[in-house]
Formats: sequence, C-alpha cells, structure tokens
Amino acid sequence: MKILYFAWLRARIGCAEEQLALPSEIRDVEGLLSWLQRRGPRYAEALHDLSVVRVAVNQDYVGRDHPLDDGDEVAIFPPVTGG
Amino acid sequence: MIRVQREDFDIGVELDRLAAGNHRIGGIASFVGLVRDMSPIAARADHVSALTLEHYPGMTEKKLAEIELEAHRRWPLDASLIIHRYGRLVPGDRIVLVATVSPHREAALAACHFLIDWLKTDAPFWKSEETPEGERWVEARPEDDEATRRWRSSHPSDDQIAGN
Repeated sequence: MKILYFAWLRARIGCAEEQLALPSEIRDVEGLLSWLQRRGPRYAEALHDLSVVRVAVNQDYVGRDHPLDDGDEVAIFPPVTGG
Repeated sequence: MIRVQREDFDIGVELDRLAAGNHRIGGIASFVGLVRDMSPIAARADHVSALTLEHYPGMTEKKLAEIELEAHRRWPLDASLIIHRYGRLVPGDRIVLVATVSPHREAALAACHFLIDWLKTDAPFWKSEETPEGERWVEARPEDDEATRRWRSSHPSDDQIAGN
C-alpha cells in the first residue's frame, strides 16, 4: 500500500511517501492509524492527536471506517489551509 | 477550468479570456487571494516574511474540479476559472483567483463566494509561514469550516436564481 504524508505530518514523520505491506488484520483506516501510531516514536508523536488528522483514500476524503485494499493510495494530512 | 501552478497569473488577461466571444454574459465575478504579512491568528500578530504552499498533486485537481462542478450544478454559469498557486510566495503575491461568469450578477457573485469558501476547506493545500521565530504551519480556522458548512446545509434550489 502506498502511503503519503503532507505538511507537518510529513515533517514530523520525516517521510513524504512510503510503500508498506500491512498486516492482514488491518482492514480499515482506523486500523491503519493505530498500527502506524505503534511504528515508532516519530509516528506516535505525529499521530498522537487524531482529531487533527485527515485521511484520503485514492484521493477522496474518507471516514475512519473506510475499508482498505492493498492497491490503495492512502494520504494522511492535517486540516487543509489553502485559498 | 482548473489550473494549479507555481507561476503568477495576470488577472486582466484571465478575466478577458473567460468572457471572450460570449455576448450573453452579463458579468464576471472574481476573488483574488493575496499573501498578507501578518498571521491570521490575532494572538500571533507577528510578521510573516513569506509562506510556502504545499499541495497534493492529483487530489488537488480532482477536488477543485468537483467543487467547480458543484458550482455549475447550483447556479447558471457560462464559465468559471480557479487558479491556485503553490511554492514559496511573499506578502503581496497572488495566491488564488476564482472567477465566475453568468448572464446575471447574482449567480456569478454567489458562485464565486461559494467556490472560495468551499476551496478553503476541501482543496488539499497547506501553508507554512516564515516568521522571525522560525517556520510554522498555519492552522485551519473554525470560521472557514463554518462558512463551508453553511453552503453544504443550504439546499441547492434555495441558491439558484429564479426566473432568469
């Protein structure tokens, strides 16, 4: 699965993009986020407050219960501030 | 039409092009967003010397196209244009242009307002400011979410201009 990080989440995790093979028990966004939180101190720090974390799957905003598939492009980022 | 670009744009050229050759157009409404030299948060009224806009290539264009389509669904527009810049910008620089064209001003003005409000909360852009204390990421403002929520909750038919 391709995972993209943007803005301060990218900076804190120290990575813009990574290709991950997820454990088979991860079935949705919620599961992915809690798995990422346990990947290391940078992830734990960046993802400690999920109320300021947005997720898009295949370039559409999704909720925490959205199912995930191996071929998905998942993007994790803070609330947007354009315009 | 959607354009996401690093380069600046010429407002006069863009607006002329949008209306060129179409004589049923009654008006063009436009909004131009600029980089300002102060933080939007009053408590942090310190000087911003530059900002850098990051975006999510692919999703940015997709979301802007969806927002534009929704504006055309809600109002009778002849044309519309959204140009959004990314990269490093300094105070006074143009960030965004939204323009809408319609036979009637009400539709053009309302659609333009809708587009900039919705864009601010849905298009995946993030601003990082350079200040004397270092760089910091701009936080989303609750007022922006509220502005978009108002458009979402308003029934599309309420916004349409009747009888034109």
